[in-house]
Amino acid sequence: MDIVKLSAVEIKEKILKNELSATEVVKAHLNRIEEIDKDINAFISINKEGALEAAEKVDEKIKNGEELGALGGIPIALKDNIVTKDTKTTCGSKMLENYRSPYDATVVEKIKAQDGIIIGKTNMDEFAMGSSNETSFFGPTRNPVNTNLVPGGSSGGSAAAVKAEEVALALGTDTGGSTRQPAAYCDIVGIKPSYGLVSRYGVVSLANTLDTVGVFGRDVSDAALMLSAIVGYDEKDSTSYENPTHLVVEKDLEPTEYIKGMKIGIPREIYLDQIDKRLIGVMDKVIKVFQSLGAKVEEITLPHLEYGLSTYHVISAAEISSNMARFDGLRYGYRAKEYSTLDELYINSRNEAFGDEVKRRILMGTYYLSMGLGREYYEKALKMRTLIIDDFNKAFKDYDIILTPTSPILPFQLGKLKDEPLTKDLTSIFTAPVNLAGLCAMSIPCGYVDGLPVGLQIIGDRFKEMNIIKAGLAFEGGMKNGI
Amino acid sequence: MAYKTIIGLEIHVELATNTKMFCACPNTFGGEANTHCCPVCLGLPGSLPVINKTAIEYAIKAGIAFNCKINTKTKMDRKNYYYADLVKGYQISQDDIPLCEGGYIEIELEDGAKKINLQRIHIEEDTGKLTHTMDGDTLIDYNRSGVPLIEIVTRPDMNTPEEARLFLEKLRSTLKYIEVSDCKMEEGSLRCDININVVDTETGAKTNITEIKNLNSFKGAVKAMEFEEKRHIQLLKEGKNTVRETRRWDEVKNETVTMREKGEAEDYRYAVDGDLAPIEIPDTWIDEIRNKLPELPHHKKERFMRQYNLSEYDAGVLTASKDLASFYEETLKYIDDTKLVSNWIMGDVLRRLKDEEVEIEDTKLSPKALGQLLSLIKSGKINNNTGKKVLREVFETGKDPEVIVKEKGLIQITDESQILEVVEKVLSENQQSVIDYKNGKDRALGFLVGQVMKATKGKANPQLVNKMILDLINKM
Ligand SMILES: [Zn+2]
Repeated sequence: MDIVKLSAVEIKEKILKNELSATEVVKAHLNRIEEIDKDINAFISINKEGALEAAEKVDEKIKNGEELGALGGIPIALKDNIVTKDTKTTCGSKMLENYRSPYDATVVEKIKAQDGIIIGKTNMDEFAMGSSNETSFFGPTRNPVNTNLVPGGSSGGSAAAVKAEEVALALGTDTGGSTRQPAAYCDIVGIKPSYGLVSRYGVVSLANTLDTVGVFGRDVSDAALMLSAIVGYDEKDSTSYENPTHLVVEKDLEPTEYIKGMKIGIPREIYLDQIDKRLIGVMDKVIKVFQSLGAKVEEITLPHLEYGLSTYHVISAAEISSNMARFDGLRYGYRAKEYSTLDELYINSRNEAFGDEVKRRILMGTYYLSMGLGREYYEKALKMRTLIIDDFNKAFKDYDIILTPTSPILPFQLGKLKDEPLTKDLTSIFTAPVNLAGLCAMSIPCGYVDGLPVGLQIIGDRFKEMNIIKAGLAFEGGMKNGI
Repeated sequence: MAYKTIIGLEIHVELATNTKMFCACPNTFGGEANTHCCPVCLGLPGSLPVINKTAIEYAIKAGIAFNCKINTKTKMDRKNYYYADLVKGYQISQDDIPLCEGGYIEIELEDGAKKINLQRIHIEEDTGKLTHTMDGDTLIDYNRSGVPLIEIVTRPDMNTPEEARLFLEKLRSTLKYIEVSDCKMEEGSLRCDININVVDTETGAKTNITEIKNLNSFKGAVKAMEFEEKRHIQLLKEGKNTVRETRRWDEVKNETVTMREKGEAEDYRYAVDGDLAPIEIPDTWIDEIRNKLPELPHHKKERFMRQYNLSEYDAGVLTASKDLASFYEETLKYIDDTKLVSNWIMGDVLRRLKDEEVEIEDTKLSPKALGQLLSLIKSGKINNNTGKKVLREVFETGKDPEVIVKEKGLIQITDESQILEVVEKVLSENQQSVIDYKNGKDRALGFLVGQVMKATKGKANPQLVNKMILDLINKM
């Protein structure tokens, strides 16, 4: 039995049945990391001792016949912008190279409380700004599908770690597509829950009205298990909600059963000029799969979808500029060696510790919030956001889910788009509007073209996570059955 | 030439909630530096604010007390700027929709009441506190970071420093009345910035507005305004103008000095704080707060006039501070004489407070002690003068008046037999005065009474002595 190939659901079952110990599971994954991570660079820190200790506790519980939590013994990786007491939290930046949080994020507490085993913290684009994991201070992460490719980003490390079988599950974050796009690029499942379903407490803010905690698994059931373990209202996050959806997956149904009666919309606006033309064929195939499963698929319109990316760009940059202000070198993080005034301390520290992409977004965001023309962009973007929300609201009156490619661009070569930030931004064109509207969405593998993995995005209405999970299970089953 | 001074105020008031604005840290003054802190009020990565409902309640209380309109749909915004006392690079405040809008505070002038209009009251968080050491280091204490504040902004409706002082007094006493702040300027829980300029009413020429910061007492504020008023008028006389600038009051030099010139208006890049859900205030909650609101000063004054049959002036003095008013009412529980208590508080008690520059709650005098003392006087056990002496001793020692009177043997002698001997002795020793009195010199009687009082060490009942002397003289 190759332990690292087991799904999270299987690991849990085997531990419960005493066929495997948590310690064996953790050791197998630590060995796998040892063996492969030098080629992937998915991890920034690994908490070997902590993981083994946690595994021992799980084994102890089994021995004593105690009840095991929902994540009992499953090895899990966390994106390095989720704060943990046990390891440093770097956000992939020189600014926080050695930062240690005095507290655990709420999602971390939940994982620990449910006997999940946190293996380590994963690589990411600096402060989650980027879509290829190339802006990390700790070097780029490579795509386990093909190490010449980028893994996507900004949660590229988490996606790669799951794909490379270094862990069974991982958490990322998703502000404009940062979980779904790397999931697509690494050929795994990624879910971005509705805004407010999962507490953001302890998740370092990027753009706080868009930020969500995303989950990764190698199949839909695994991703759903991870998600169900971290949802719920948190008194420390006043934008969180008490679990409004019941994430209970009925197991082992026929694919057609999951999707019975569902109506699916395909926005006609997805066929834009910038889309990789190979994706059109993939979408045709996807539609056929859903139709053959018995779903009703129709073309719909989301008239403002094309403005989603620029709206996202303006709003996220504005929020980023404010959220990044606390990293000033005064209380924690990097401080420049040379300065003679307080202003110089700020300027030199931030200048020396932030990378280009972070600086670019701070500058743009500061402009968008400043009086004058910049401010007009911001006000316009806020208005456009409500129009985009209206579009989705209308669509979800008649349809249960909406399908798009996850990214309009297929995984690209490492370094290829290094100096083309705008092209890289384009990868969020179908994902960012989902964040603007606070909806839920999943990226699920839908095959390969020319050796490159393709992800399908399944969008659901806010707090209708069960719709995307059911559709995902149906699609997964359909693909497996070779429809 | 005639000049008109124009004064507007911005007042920051720390709310006396148990916990800070966005976290559960204690909101208490002092404490060892950086001990009342947590990830939230230190702005650590990943932390999120959660609004303190009591802070909103207190701000609404103030809004109601100052006749403001309460905005039932509001939000928190970020005011972005960099400073060492600011942990997140932005202060959570309110921009375009303050919690309370409009409103006014009435002050009493000699020629009647004047309304000072308010522009707004909004809620925000306080920053940390910087201390500059002698070595040139700057130390930062974040205990104050995240303490809830309200900022009260007035219209430029005050025309003399005295009006501004009356406004501040009224503001402070009301805020203390409704128990939303202890308003201690010396501890920084009430801080005031002044905007002042002067208009030449004949030519229409006016000076640029000067802002004065760093005032830590009402006295200082008044002095600073008086200084600025003179400075502006002098410049106008010389055909000059003031610089648009921020000045501070230098207590040592007794003058305002330049802090910084005001360039272009600062751009704080306000934007809504997405970490905090929009605030919706149900009308029922406002009603509930309104109903729970303690009696406001002017209501209390009217009630005192009605209920205790006091003059408008007396009621005004007694209700100027909540503590004094409750001291008065509390004292009435021990002695049922509204006039007597009012006279004593307005006289000897207030004089004492003024001399010592203390508030009633900071003294050793309790309502019970004053009640006891006045009962002793009223029942004739001690006389007025003895009463004053005893009061002085209560202020100093906090002892029970009854104990003092007993220990010092100050009980008034009301038994004729005890005084008769003294009276007879005084009369026989002062034959001339007796004759003078008989010849119509009334003053001689006073002298004789005084002699008896002296001989009894003030303990005799003066009315009784008076009567006994007259009886004896008449018998002669
Ligand atoms: Zn705190």
